[in-house]
Amino acid sequence: MRFVDEFRDPELGRALSGEILSLVEPGRHYKLMEVCGGHTHSIYKYGIDDLLPANVELVHGPGCPVCVIPMGRVDDGIAIAHQDGVIFTCFGDMMRVPGSSGSLLDAKAAGADIRMVYSPLDALRIAKHNPERQVVFFAIGFETTAPSTALTLKRARAEHLPNFSVMCSHVTIVPPVRALLESPDLRLDGFIGPGHVSTVVGARPFEFIPADYGRPVVISGFEPLDILQSIEMILRQLAAGRCEVENQYKRVVPYEGNLRALEVMAEVFELRPHFEWRGLGFISHSGLKLTEAYAELDAEARFSVPGVRVADPKACQCGEVLKGVIKPWECKVFGTACTPERPIGTCMVSSEGACAAYYNFGRFAREREVV
Amino acid sequence: MCLAIPGQVIEIVDDANRLAKVDVAGVRRNVSIGLLDGEDGGVVPGDWVLIHVGFAISKVDEEEARATRDLLVRMGADYEQELEELKASVIE
Ligand code: SF4
Repeated sequence: MRFVDEFRDPELGRALSGEILSLVEPGRHYKLMEVCGGHTHSIYKYGIDDLLPANVELVHGPGCPVCVIPMGRVDDGIAIAHQDGVIFTCFGDMMRVPGSSGSLLDAKAAGADIRMVYSPLDALRIAKHNPERQVVFFAIGFETTAPSTALTLKRARAEHLPNFSVMCSHVTIVPPVRALLESPDLRLDGFIGPGHVSTVVGARPFEFIPADYGRPVVISGFEPLDILQSIEMILRQLAAGRCEVENQYKRVVPYEGNLRALEVMAEVFELRPHFEWRGLGFISHSGLKLTEAYAELDAEARFSVPGVRVADPKACQCGEVLKGVIKPWECKVFGTACTPERPIGTCMVSSEGACAAYYNFGRFAREREVV
Repeated sequence: MCLAIPGQVIEIVDDANRLAKVDVAGVRRNVSIGLLDGEDGGVVPGDWVLIHVGFAISKVDEEEARATRDLLVRMGADYEQELEELKASVIE
């Protein structure tokens, strides 16, 4: 148990893995999904898999915002970036996501003015300082990030900034989880609920999981001990035949979420009828667009974008990874044609993506198994 | 961009636009505190917050902030990159 020694409280770590062992029924296989990429990262980094009994399997979910952006959206972004007078801004993680003919980084090398920003407010400042240019912000992310874009848009509108617009690719967390629960190829026993998304949406939106699908959910913090404790809480529910939403991360996540953030989002965004997810296909009511009142700040309306749907590359099995059907290393191109330096699929781009997390940390775990 | 990093509010720098100066591991930058308005009186200097893409998204106590920072420091490269990106940020 080399890894437990790195925990904040190794004793508690050992106690929890003992608890977990006593809660599982021998002969029963448990599949638990961690929805959030941040959890995937911690799980690989701390080798939490190795602390669990062999019949408790962790499946990595779709909660990495960069990983779910489809190729067609990247192509649309690049098309806008190449227009005359445009400064195209995006988060650093987004730069390397492959589109059908290269990434934003490649487009930048080819001469487009593409700038990495830390915050949508940085993009807004660039717009103010470059009144003769059109500044577009490529907005991605779940409900953790969407309120920030919303507040930025409110400010842009209040200040009547004519040269700022947003290409809105925000997504919501509940529809893909519901799609996974409906998916016949996957039988999940419980969910480790996302931590940061829940600071905004709260715990309530996850109540449908126990109510409609009879599966427990435990919203979890990011420390290895948090994750271990959340697994213990899920297994305890299963052992007792209970299923409900529990909040392991109470110290940060209020059950009601952040009402102010929800209010701002509701004012600025509305649901798209459907949105395409990389690897998962179209999911209805899963993406956000700007409401009528903000339509003039919508980059997709301001610049005509091709909006072409591009199929994922043949070699790429990101869909199966995002659905937890295969493990990253089971993809044919994992670590060979597809690496963090030269990603084919999105799961290899962000360090929160399952493939990148596994590539960076998981190999050590597997080497340990071999020796 | 997925990380939420802890910082301490130093001062409110622009009340109308709800901007505050925060200290994140010695790096001092402006972030928006507008998403915490109304949450038990909003944010005041001295408060610890989790910051994501230039916005404080939740208040935390000091112990939680320190524990989160320790966790991030142990994450290594990703936290460092996040700090680099924060350093490059100029919110006004
Ligand atoms: S190895 Fe690359 S192509 Fe295969 S699933 Fe992972 S990211 Fe996608």
